[in-house]
Amino acid sequence: MKVLTLAKRELAAYFYSPMAYVIAALFLAMVGLIFLLGVHVPFLKISLEPVFRSGAESTLRPLFDVLAYGLVVVIPLLTMRVVSEEFRTGTIETLMTAPVTDAQVIGGKFLGAMILYVILLATTLVYFGLIAAFGQPDLGVAAIGYLGMLLLGGTYVAVGVFASTITRHQLVAGIIGIAILAFFTGGIYLLVLLVPPEQASAVSRLNMITYFSDFSKGVLDVRGVIFFVTLTAFFLFLSVKVLESRRWR
Amino acid sequence: MIDVQHLTKWYGRTLAVDDISFHVEAGSVVGFLGPNGAGKSTTLRILTCFQPASSGSASVDGCDVFSQSVQVRRRIGYMPENVPLYPEMRVREYLRFRAALRGIPRSQRAVAIDKVLEDCWLSSPQDMSYRRLETLSRGYRQRVGLADCLLHDPPVLVLDEPTIGLDPAQVREMRNLVLNLGQKHTVILSSHILAEVEQVCKQIVIISSGKIVAQGTPRELRERVSGPGRLIVELRGAMAEQLARDVAAIPGVQAVEPAEAGEWCRLSVQSTEDVDVRVQVAAMAASKGYQLRELRREVASLEDFFVQITYEQSMRQAPVAL
Repeated sequence: MKVLTLAKRELAAYFYSPMAYVIAALFLAMVGLIFLLGVHVPFLKISLEPVFRSGAESTLRPLFDVLAYGLVVVIPLLTMRVVSEEFRTGTIETLMTAPVTDAQVIGGKFLGAMILYVILLATTLVYFGLIAAFGQPDLGVAAIGYLGMLLLGGTYVAVGVFASTITRHQLVAGIIGIAILAFFTGGIYLLVLLVPPEQASAVSRLNMITYFSDFSKGVLDVRGVIFFVTLTAFFLFLSVKVLESRRWR
Repeated sequence: MIDVQHLTKWYGRTLAVDDISFHVEAGSVVGFLGPNGAGKSTTLRILTCFQPASSGSASVDGCDVFSQSVQVRRRIGYMPENVPLYPEMRVREYLRFRAALRGIPRSQRAVAIDKVLEDCWLSSPQDMSYRRLETLSRGYRQRVGLADCLLHDPPVLVLDEPTIGLDPAQVREMRNLVLNLGQKHTVILSSHILAEVEQVCKQIVIISSGKIVAQGTPRELRERVSGPGRLIVELRGAMAEQLARDVAAIPGVQAVEPAEAGEWCRLSVQSTEDVDVRVQVAAMAASKGYQLRELRREVASLEDFFVQITYEQSMRQAPVAL
């Protein structure tokens, strides 16, 4: 109950500040660009055809695959203020002296940010509608794709909330969040090259993208579900512990 | 109601609160007085479960602040220094959020909010309940903070510097409000301004450099300072020694010290307790034909006492200069 109260306030705070709108604009621009124009960065040798073109497979899969990387930046920007703002303005003092537990506070923050993410993700349903109007997308594949986006997003949000609990500076929280997510997505590819070959496969199992690409393909892999849920729980647990430890300083 | 035993708090290597013990009876208004940085806020933060103590224990209404934190928090309304508020929320919205957080049942929230809005003068004379918190003046912020404390009608109120930053009229309002609240709640408030505490509180705890240096009722503390009555008399018309002898001859006078010699003779007169010899001094001066320019009773103020003991304390703690 208290988690919901906290989540509601969190969500309201997003919409009172320009934050939610700026990030939503960023997100929508990103999705629209990928969907209608594709991404072409000749200098990085990135060339991605638009998702919405004649002759293409009617699926949102390429969109989800790019979003998985795009959200590495977007979600930490979204979550960077959740706890650090409370530290900066001192409202943490009124919050933590109310009869709520640390876990409820983190739960509320997570849920608030998660709801906003779901709202953002829901806007992509418009594009799914377009695809459905001009083609015959497989509903099962799409559903699993969206499930993957939810699980991946949840993990990203948990990492972002964690980054926000460790500092009172929003920007620092944002950067730490991006760094952690960058490690679990692109960074693993580099790490795989550095470790001895016999450990490489174990290390590559830490890659969020590996699990996510199963979902975007339309394959429901229980290992992926467990991986994302565990990682989300782990970062939320860390956040609660960091918040608790704040009291001792 | 509140019991604090040997409370100590270290921040890293800095000792903020040093072995403090005190007890607060239910229904009393206690003032925590000390210069800035004395450890007042730290003590209040420990009592409100925001921070744990390094050692020692504290309990509120029989619940330990460390092991029964949530129960303690239910029984306390805490207004931190500077009253942090969410800037984007509106007054009523904020109070609704806080009421929900405090677990007030949904059906009772509106009633509770209306009541505190009224008690803290937020609904009349001017209705502030739909103002954004960031647009409120200092005085109104303070009232919102207080309204928040009162929402769940807690037995204990902890107010950290409730009058800081207010203008004199607001200070008086806040003081009346606290006096009112003191009839129903146990109140602990901190301040570094003695005059306020003296008027509102039944019990004063003076704290300096993390230690309690004095505690008692304002009256007890005042007695400790002033001792028996003391008069300042300025006379002329005879030699200083003669004047002093004449004053000393008045019954009730214990000692006379000439404080200043010159054209006028200034005497500091010590009389026995509870005897006011001013009338006799004036009558004596009139009968002997002395001119009397000043005759007043010197009452040492609590302010003097406060400055004196906190100063002594800080001197004792001052590091040896190299």
